[in-house]
Amino acid sequence: MIHNQDMIPQQPAPRSTIGPLAWMRANLFSGPINSVFTLLGLYVLYILLVPTIQWAFINADWIGTSRDDCSGEGACWVFVNARFTQFIYGLYPQEELWRGNIVFAGFAILIAWLAIPRLPYKRWVAIFALTAFPVIAYVLLHGGYFDLPRVPTHRWGGLMLTLILAVVGMVGALPIGIVLALGRRSNMPIVKSFCVVFIEFWRGVPLITVLFMASVMLPLFLPSELSVDRLIRALIGITLFQSAYMAEVIRGGLQAIPKGQEEAAAALGMTYWKRTALIVMPQALKMMIPGIVNTFISLFKDTTLVMIIGLFDLLGIVQAALSDSRWLGFSLEGYVFAAFMFWIFCFSMSRYSQYLERKLHTGHKR
Amino acid sequence: MNQTATQSADLMVEMHNVNKWFGDFHVLRDIDLEVKRGERIVICGPSGSGKSTLIRCINHLEEHQKGEIVVGGVPLTQDVKRIEQIRRSVGMVFQHFNLFPHLTVLENCCIAPMWVQKKSRREAEAEAMQYLERVQIAEQAKKYPGQLSGGQQQRVAIARSLCMHPDVMLFDEPTSALDPEMIKEVLDVMVELAHEGMTMMCVTHEMGFAKTVADRVIFMDQGQIIEENAPEPFFNNPQSERTQLFLSQILGH
Ligand SMILES: Nc1ncnc2c1ncn2[C@@H]1O[C@H](COP(=O)(O)OP(=O)(O)O)[C@@H](O)[C@H]1O
Ligand SMILES: [Mg+2]
Repeated sequence: MIHNQDMIPQQPAPRSTIGPLAWMRANLFSGPINSVFTLLGLYVLYILLVPTIQWAFINADWIGTSRDDCSGEGACWVFVNARFTQFIYGLYPQEELWRGNIVFAGFAILIAWLAIPRLPYKRWVAIFALTAFPVIAYVLLHGGYFDLPRVPTHRWGGLMLTLILAVVGMVGALPIGIVLALGRRSNMPIVKSFCVVFIEFWRGVPLITVLFMASVMLPLFLPSELSVDRLIRALIGITLFQSAYMAEVIRGGLQAIPKGQEEAAAALGMTYWKRTALIVMPQALKMMIPGIVNTFISLFKDTTLVMIIGLFDLLGIVQAALSDSRWLGFSLEGYVFAAFMFWIFCFSMSRYSQYLERKLHTGHKR
Repeated sequence: MNQTATQSADLMVEMHNVNKWFGDFHVLRDIDLEVKRGERIVICGPSGSGKSTLIRCINHLEEHQKGEIVVGGVPLTQDVKRIEQIRRSVGMVFQHFNLFPHLTVLENCCIAPMWVQKKSRREAEAEAMQYLERVQIAEQAKKYPGQLSGGQQQRVAIARSLCMHPDVMLFDEPTSALDPEMIKEVLDVMVELAHEGMTMMCVTHEMGFAKTVADRVIFMDQGQIIEENAPEPFFNNPQSERTQLFLSQILGH
């Protein structure tokens, strides 16, 4: 028997189950114990947050040129302000900063272009970002061509150096990691053992050791007329180190792809490389986004270790500034600033990866 | 192409004395089987008897250790080029469809024609749409496999294979992962394919299908071919005891 000829129209949920008050009642004060913990939590937040906010914002001094402009009651951001250029560019010459600015702007535009889904020509932008842009950036920053004065790499520093180390390390590590991961799964014993040994070697060594080896030991093995730039050596070390981690992340992703996928592709006559590039890798890479971003975030923070081989990344340059006799006693401000910069970058990456995951998983869940 | 090709022009698949082991486990024992062009074979037998392994040896998804397999006149060897050549002419439909979840239905059908046969996207898409129409799923072309029902996915998988113009189609229990109400839509497609003269080797327990289209039914047990016959005598007058037992279980007598 049919009771309703027409569908009953959908209706919104009843008011009382939504809205902030209902949410608080359901989540924060749902019982006596829950309420006690909520109040306790609020109290702890209060005693931590209020002095912090007072120090960092309310009592802080922002504008000025020397330590005399600081009252001493709150944070002295004047210090960060006065050294800002250095924190961003290291010892890059003042009158050449425009070159760094162009590279920064180009980098930001490319990242934004690739990150914002609506923008067209993604493939060409990506190719440009991976091929032409690094060359342009190097020529601009290093100079020595087209009447641009040379700025040797030991004057590069600050956030710029941190970004160079992290981005080059990551972009270099991804393809090497893919090759290593495939090699480790290969049936060819020589390829397989080479990859296993390579991966396990780099994974077993701390990055700090890798950097020492790159800066101290590499020159011993290379002929003396072939002096490789210190930055380049660090980049090579970081890339190889990172590629071993990347390889393991990628291998994990590859293992999660059902065997039937590769079999179906093989049954259609695809060669190994086509199966890998068209069927297995795209699916695996999607699953690996969180893992890849994780390794990138930890690499980003690990770049601070280059300090020990005499490169001044963001943290290194902040620390160097702290020992300036005119600015003694402002280490808290310096470290908070460095931490904040690192946090901004890492947090954005983490959020973007969550967004990507959501976006890629709509439509075709298995 | 070579001597074998001319000599056995009407033989699509030949298996001579094929043996295979998984470690110590002897999965296929002395398999001898010849399938003529246009012939339709149904393979049945209890679970674990080696049916899947047998048809997977034909396109080298599994490797046999002894004996000879010739597909379309080309002997199957270890040579990768040779294997890929054979795979291009052998279509396969899997129990669990194995569609590519990151590609749309249309892209699933176009990817091999474009990358293996080097067709242009336009040509591949036009042809894929024809096959999708034939399996009556053209209106879903832009969807992802995850958005389709099992029966629809399996029909897409059949279309995907057909886009490569295979000389022979292998089916490995194409309906056994499907809900009962979807089995018919897939079997209908297969029956139509059989009527068009496609060479087919089909592992299935759908005895109705076997009776309608099969030229020969093969019964396997413990890695051996126990009995093979035309469907009518096979079902009405099975010779071996094991076949009788199997049929009584499957037909519920
Ligand atoms: N990759 C494998 N490794 C080891 N044993 C296997 C493998 N694949 C199948 N087998 C075994 O081989 C036997 C035959 O398998 P299969 O051909 O799938 O049987 P069927 O398709 O007739 O059910 C089964 O006992 C199964 O456990
Ligand atoms: Mg099976």
